[in-house]
Amino acid sequence: MSTKSGKPRPGDRVGPRQQHNWDWRAASNFIAGGTGGGLLAFAAFASLWGTDVRALLVAGMALIGIGLTCVWFEIGKPWRALNVYRHLATSWMTREAAVAPFVFGSGVLALATGQSLFVLLTGIFGACFVYAQARILAADKGIPAWRHPRCMPVVAATGFAEGASLLAVAAPFVIPQVAGQIAVAAGVLALLLVRVLLWRNYLRGLRGDGAPEGSLRALSAIDGQFLKYGNLLPAILLLVGVLGAPLASPALILAGLVAVAGGWWFKYTLVRRAAYTQGFAIPHLPVRGRGTAGPAVKPGWGGA
Amino acid sequence: MTRYVMAIDLRRCVGCQTCTAACKNANATPPGVQWRRVLDLETGEFPDVRRSFVPVACMHCDEPPCEEVCPTKATTKRPDGLVAIDYDTCIGCANCVMACPYEARSIVHEVKFAYGDKPIKSEEVRFDPARISVSMKCTFCIDRIDLAAKTGQVPGRDPDVTPACVNSCISGAMAFGDIDDPNSKVSRLLAENKTFRMHEELGTGPGVYYIWDKA
Repeated sequence: MSTKSGKPRPGDRVGPRQQHNWDWRAASNFIAGGTGGGLLAFAAFASLWGTDVRALLVAGMALIGIGLTCVWFEIGKPWRALNVYRHLATSWMTREAAVAPFVFGSGVLALATGQSLFVLLTGIFGACFVYAQARILAADKGIPAWRHPRCMPVVAATGFAEGASLLAVAAPFVIPQVAGQIAVAAGVLALLLVRVLLWRNYLRGLRGDGAPEGSLRALSAIDGQFLKYGNLLPAILLLVGVLGAPLASPALILAGLVAVAGGWWFKYTLVRRAAYTQGFAIPHLPVRGRGTAGPAVKPGWGGA
Repeated sequence: MTRYVMAIDLRRCVGCQTCTAACKNANATPPGVQWRRVLDLETGEFPDVRRSFVPVACMHCDEPPCEEVCPTKATTKRPDGLVAIDYDTCIGCANCVMACPYEARSIVHEVKFAYGDKPIKSEEVRFDPARISVSMKCTFCIDRIDLAAKTGQVPGRDPDVTPACVNSCISGAMAFGDIDDPNSKVSRLLAENKTFRMHEELGTGPGVYYIWDKA
């Protein structure tokens, strides 16, 4: 098992390995739920200017519902799912689940009554949902790429960026004023900038602090394309929209869809491909044989 | 107070995997699932090579991250330090699997036996259908520890109330007992030797101490 570098090869489950317990269904919850929560937050924001956001509320709740349904199909004992509400004190999964009824309750009341208070509450609960999801990953100490302190901000940021991007997709239909559409485009631009900065900060942090080689490989593999196609391309399209070119509306729609797709790609990569376990490490090889201790061993880690 | 811990002398472990087999027999874990296993580390370059063996399982942490993230309270930390799972409450969400930095937990969704569809004798006796589709892990042979409270025996001293892996260890590398009892074997071993705990920097406070040199 030794290599020429003298380091042990990560074999026999000594080094980090890719997790296989959370598959596409769990990833879908972070993908759809994050976007849905972000959309509700920005729909509520847009409603402050009199925008008719009913369709956006329905879409946001549907996305969250799809995500939770995917998780329901993933858990081992789906008919015990209500047990998820038992640990509000420390579990962010419980808190995520606890926010969901408030999202749907206030959302339905907003749709039924048209009261702006309920619209705003739906947006606030949607934002809480995004935050809770980001904290779920951060609390999972067994996956170094998730527990890194710079992971939570980028997961939350992409949820909000995706939500705002879907608002941009809807803007040509629900915001007739050009000024309003420009404001949405400017907002999405700002959020994409924040997402890029947090993403780069996260990647730099992982490389600087050290992480499983598999995580670094998976995240580095999407870095360039995520920047170019997930952020720069929609940013250019948004600028086209802002500058009022003849194709402003299609540009906004396309920009929003591309930005959402970029975020979904990132989250899928994070939850599935980059999710490597901690692996094992020992600070001292035991004293045996020649009577001297050996150096520390930490196979399968890179960076730092 | 009582705080049960394990001390594993890495200088003594020969990597025979008897503890792995004993655990499998005692707990009837399904194929592919080993609550206790022994890592085989070969390091260095010829002629300066070393081979070390590191038995690992649930560390029964002071601050178990699995308990913190568990949405159902199925995972609990007992006053005696054991981290337990209520199989009838667990929903099998795998959040604890993600939270454990020791890869101690697994979830199996199908009934599987070592040799096909029919259980062998030990599996027949010990197969627990409640463990299907929920999280499971090393329990420190919790039923034996609980038996000690009834019989007055001492875990770590009396084999009937000591984890199967510790009983089985051929080289005497594994010890179990109450770290709060200064006269227990583990307390003496920890006082007489240099130890480390796995991934201590994560703040989990593992309940397994690895001995690597004399103090």
